[in-house]
Amino acid sequence: MDTKKQNRRRFLKEGAALAGMAVGAIGSASAQTPGAEASPVPYRDRRAYGRRSRFVNSVRTNDDDATHAAFGRSFNVYTPLQDSIGIITPSSLHWVSAHGYEPPDIDPQEHRLMIHGMVDRPLIFTLEELKRLPFVSRIYYLECQANRPEYKGETVQQSHGKTACSEWTGVPLSLLLQEAGVQSGAGWIVSEGDEAGKMTKSIPMAKVMEDVLVAYGQNGEPVRPENGYPLRLVVPGFEAIYSMKWLRRIKVVDRPYLGYKEISRYTRDDSRSSWFQFEMGPKSVITFPSGGQRLPSRGYYQITGLAWSGGGAIRRVEVSTDGGRTWKDAELQGPALRLAHTRFNMAWKWNGEQTVLLSRCTDELGQVQPSLAEFARFWGATSEQFLSRSARGAGHSNSIQPWGVNRDGSVYNAIS
Amino acid sequence: MRFLNLLAPVLTLASCVVVLAQSPTYGLGRTPSEQEILAWDIAVGPEGKELPAGSGTAKEGEALYARKCAACHGPTGTEGKAPRLVGRQTRTVGSYWPFATSIWDYINRAMPIYQEGSLSADEVYALTAFLLFKNAIIQESDAMDAESLPKIQMPNRNGYQPPPVSEWKPGMPRPFEILP
Ligand code: HEC
Repeated sequence: MDTKKQNRRRFLKEGAALAGMAVGAIGSASAQTPGAEASPVPYRDRRAYGRRSRFVNSVRTNDDDATHAAFGRSFNVYTPLQDSIGIITPSSLHWVSAHGYEPPDIDPQEHRLMIHGMVDRPLIFTLEELKRLPFVSRIYYLECQANRPEYKGETVQQSHGKTACSEWTGVPLSLLLQEAGVQSGAGWIVSEGDEAGKMTKSIPMAKVMEDVLVAYGQNGEPVRPENGYPLRLVVPGFEAIYSMKWLRRIKVVDRPYLGYKEISRYTRDDSRSSWFQFEMGPKSVITFPSGGQRLPSRGYYQITGLAWSGGGAIRRVEVSTDGGRTWKDAELQGPALRLAHTRFNMAWKWNGEQTVLLSRCTDELGQVQPSLAEFARFWGATSEQFLSRSARGAGHSNSIQPWGVNRDGSVYNAIS
Repeated sequence: MRFLNLLAPVLTLASCVVVLAQSPTYGLGRTPSEQEILAWDIAVGPEGKELPAGSGTAKEGEALYARKCAACHGPTGTEGKAPRLVGRQTRTVGSYWPFATSIWDYINRAMPIYQEGSLSADEVYALTAFLLFKNAIIQESDAMDAESLPKIQMPNRNGYQPPPVSEWKPGMPRPFEILP
């Protein structure tokens, strides 16, 4: 009703502000202050929706994939893990891989979730109805299965920036399926998104009943459009592609439905090809000091990083400051939650010499993060073949990431 | 029929403004009509149960392909900036995909890019037939429809592990666990 008027008013106001800024910018061109934004936003315009300091300029970086970029439809951005603090990723810095589709601009009033297939009572929910149901909030990471150490990753953002951790709020999918009444013989669901290509993904029922969420909240606000607004699945611990964004439909079925992202991509691509890979293995990475950063002087530092595993909670992180000769247990900062990023810290006195920093984690199942050589051997390849992608193996690399430290304090990707 | 059963409560509630609420515990959500379900349900499984009426041959598909697909996938499905659709050397629809029903499902929901969902059932059958023919899996005159498509034996059908049943259990280690 009034929103049109408001929009118009806001437009006029912002237009005026912009015009004012332009004049100001010309007037003070010689007196530029450092920071991400050249001109500070007027104080009163920051009250309605907060902004970070103009001196904080950590941003996501692009990594266009060639296939989609050729058609102007790549929306792949990485999380700046080198700047991460604690375990929660700000929603504005959450990595995105949109598989070649523009994040749809969905009106929440119009959006519906349909549940049907092998159920006694097919149901359609509005968003408002879903929000009336019992909800939970859970902290889970989401990691792309292609998030893997490589030569080309100069920074931890490039090598590991396709993982992020959020507090997700929503209705357990098990509750919705109980309401619909799952019939005997049903073993899987097919989830479907509402982007132009309507991607689908099949998920085994045991996982659905365990901990899958139909989420509308992320870090205390509605899920951001690129991350699935107004509704998405969160399938904790599985490759993030299972966590269907812009969720519009759940079909209960007896077998996996083998959609595009199950038979052409995201398959296990070796002689033992199989249709599905679910959990990601235990992984850890040092976020400081990491590639591209520089230690200003010898002396005391707090080595810090993140560890996570599709197997559950992180039990232990070991750090080596001498290229793997000796290992010491890092402190788990806590909370060390199941299927969430876990922060680890370790005190370190740098003596100014060349060295390599490593971390390796163990999860609650006893799974240990492998070295690159161990990981490659599993795929019947050498590290070299694996890194150059001439070896088979679709993602899922959870090998140890080495960061080299030069005498001048510069830090580089020491993978080899 | 279930549809008729549903009418009874609708009639008794007719005086209320409320739409029929179906969720038994919370009384939220509503029952979609059969037509709504049909309209939404574009997921086609390996058995092809959801395939709609209609049919098409490679011959019919050829002209359609030239008009709607060749710009991105190349005139013979081996050129162009979009993935190769024909050939055995690399992973293609023909060499890698285990079921022909998935080709139908994907073209129907996602192609052509920028006009997703614009093809008729006949057109999707014809384009699927064309790609199967170009990959030397069917004859040029073979008609693809809800009956014939699920029966196609794809070359890589057995290159995969047997169909996974619902083997996933909470707390299960990954199937390809690596312990140093
Ligand atoms: C505007 C460009 C464009 C047009 C037109 C187009 N496609 Fe595509 N097609 C693509 C792109 C890009 C992909 C890869 C999508 C992805 O990986 O997410 C693709 C993927 C495919 C695939 C899957 C191939 C594989 O193995 O990955 C099939 C099958 C396909 N297209 C069929 C068709 C058909 C049939 C038509 C005509 C109706 C068509 N396409 C028209 C761009 C296009």
